[in-house]
Amino acid sequence: MILAQQLLLGLLIGGIYGLAAAGLSLVFGVLKVLNVAHGELIMLGGYGAFWAVALLGIDPFASLLLVLPLSLLLGLALYWALFGFVVRADEETRVKNSLLIGFGLALALHALAVRLWTADERSIITPYGGAVISVGDLSIPVVRLLSLALAFALIGGLHLLLTHWRWGQAIRATADDWQAALLTGIDVRRAYLLAFAIGTGLAGAAGTLVSIGYSISPSIGLEWTLKALIVVVLAGLGSMIGTFVGGLFLGLAEAASAAAFGGPYREVVGLVIFVVVLVLRPRGLFGR
Amino acid sequence: MTRLGKRQLGWAAAILIFLAALALLPLAVGRDDVLNFVFLILLSITLAESWNIVAGYAGQVNLGHAAFFGLGALVARTLWIGGTPIVLAMAAGAGVATALALLIGVAAFRLRGAYFAIGTLALGEISRTTVGNVLSDISTLPTATISAYRLSHRYYLALALAAVSVAAVAALAASRVGLGMQAIREDEDAAAASGVGALGLKLTALALSTGLAGLAGGLFAYYHISYYPSHPFSPHWTFDALLMTFIGGVGTLHGPVLGAVLYVFLKEYLALRWVDFHLLIFGALFIAIVLLLPGGLVQAAERARRLLAR
Repeated sequence: MILAQQLLLGLLIGGIYGLAAAGLSLVFGVLKVLNVAHGELIMLGGYGAFWAVALLGIDPFASLLLVLPLSLLLGLALYWALFGFVVRADEETRVKNSLLIGFGLALALHALAVRLWTADERSIITPYGGAVISVGDLSIPVVRLLSLALAFALIGGLHLLLTHWRWGQAIRATADDWQAALLTGIDVRRAYLLAFAIGTGLAGAAGTLVSIGYSISPSIGLEWTLKALIVVVLAGLGSMIGTFVGGLFLGLAEAASAAAFGGPYREVVGLVIFVVVLVLRPRGLFGR
Repeated sequence: MTRLGKRQLGWAAAILIFLAALALLPLAVGRDDVLNFVFLILLSITLAESWNIVAGYAGQVNLGHAAFFGLGALVARTLWIGGTPIVLAMAAGAGVATALALLIGVAAFRLRGAYFAIGTLALGEISRTTVGNVLSDISTLPTATISAYRLSHRYYLALALAAVSVAAVAALAASRVGLGMQAIREDEDAAAASGVGALGLKLTALALSTGLAGLAGGLFAYYHISYYPSHPFSPHWTFDALLMTFIGGVGTLHGPVLGAVLYVFLKEYLALRWVDFHLLIFGALFIAIVLLLPGGLVQAAERARRLLAR
């Protein structure tokens, strides 16, 4: 029964893994740019929600309405200031330079967060934070269940956006073959900009959910970047629903390994899966 | 052997005088803070040059470098506290680090470019988590060792190691092997097509790089009185090496040296005034260099010299 409870909690956090990975997947798939500061963007989103709740006194889930648009704007700014320069290079250089720039960005954002919010761990306390739903012997924390539902809703929304919205279709066309997209008259640069902004918005949303159900600190960036990378490698590019399922799978795998080898090893299983998949498929599951 | 030009002779003399001055420093300056400061610079030079071999010359961005630094520290510390002379203990640490690197390298070098970078990043994190879980107690030197602690011993070892690292990179850069590595960095497929044994050379670069990193780790274990065994496995050792190398000039001999000196100076200076502020500045500086000046300080100096020569 304890195992079932652990797996359940794994599944709940897995939804956030999926959301965290969706932004990275979109940016990597469309821009062919690997933003290793994605975890730091998640961290910033978490602090944004933390501020919204602490300073404005609004409901933590409502803070998404504030964090999401602000993250989109941050994404626009980052694209104009940094990543817009990277996409001008050829693909090989692109990935390498984005890796380096993301790394510098991660360093700077981490230092900035320590200055602004200190290095302490924080999480948002809600009045209904302790509430649980009991199903048989299982107890489901309400806040985490809501987070999972919201993560799924956001991924679903993104899926609809990419399939039905005019620019969503342009983004997918650019991801498939940017040269062909260019020839059919799609403004590829605009598609890049939108994809990057949406990716950053998703990171902000993921951060909000992390700070509500779990905890944030300035140094969580690398951990979340790795989680997102693992899910992207597992799920491949192209399907947002697939990415969400990959996140759930990682959450379950972590819970199972924590149950088998003890809590401190929960991080290791994902990394091992990641390395094995990469070595078996050297271009990554990313590779088409 | 070609005849050395006047310029090379001048350089050689300058380097020798500089090394002699550094060697005399503990006798001339009795202050521990100065020696500690120069020690940090020397350790950083070794770390940066070691990373520079695999990333700068062979073009393989290894983000798991800390694992080899940490492994060298772990093995050397254990053997040294057990009674082995420190130089032997450090050599053993370097040996273990290199052996593991070769083992991992065969699989990891199936990955290209950014995939190699993120794959090695994951490997580094696996090693850090595992060591942190298995050895969770802090490692402190025995009291007898602490009372016999001489900073100057650490300093001379660091000086020797930094000199060896720079000399190794200098020798490598001028050799056929080093040229092969640079060919791989520029275009691996083209290099392989023209008869360069890519995997062998990449493994050679990795072995040299991780061997030096293992020695640096051993030096760290010899220097620090107490630390958590997982601390030298922390990714910030990799990131430090990467920052210093890129700021100085990746794939050059003197770039990492310049980068290390600047990095430690600014780090110590800024950390005194604003805690953690140096990382904000270094992050921004690093981004600016990647975007505007991919050759780092060395390239900037080169450009300035050409402008002046006009």
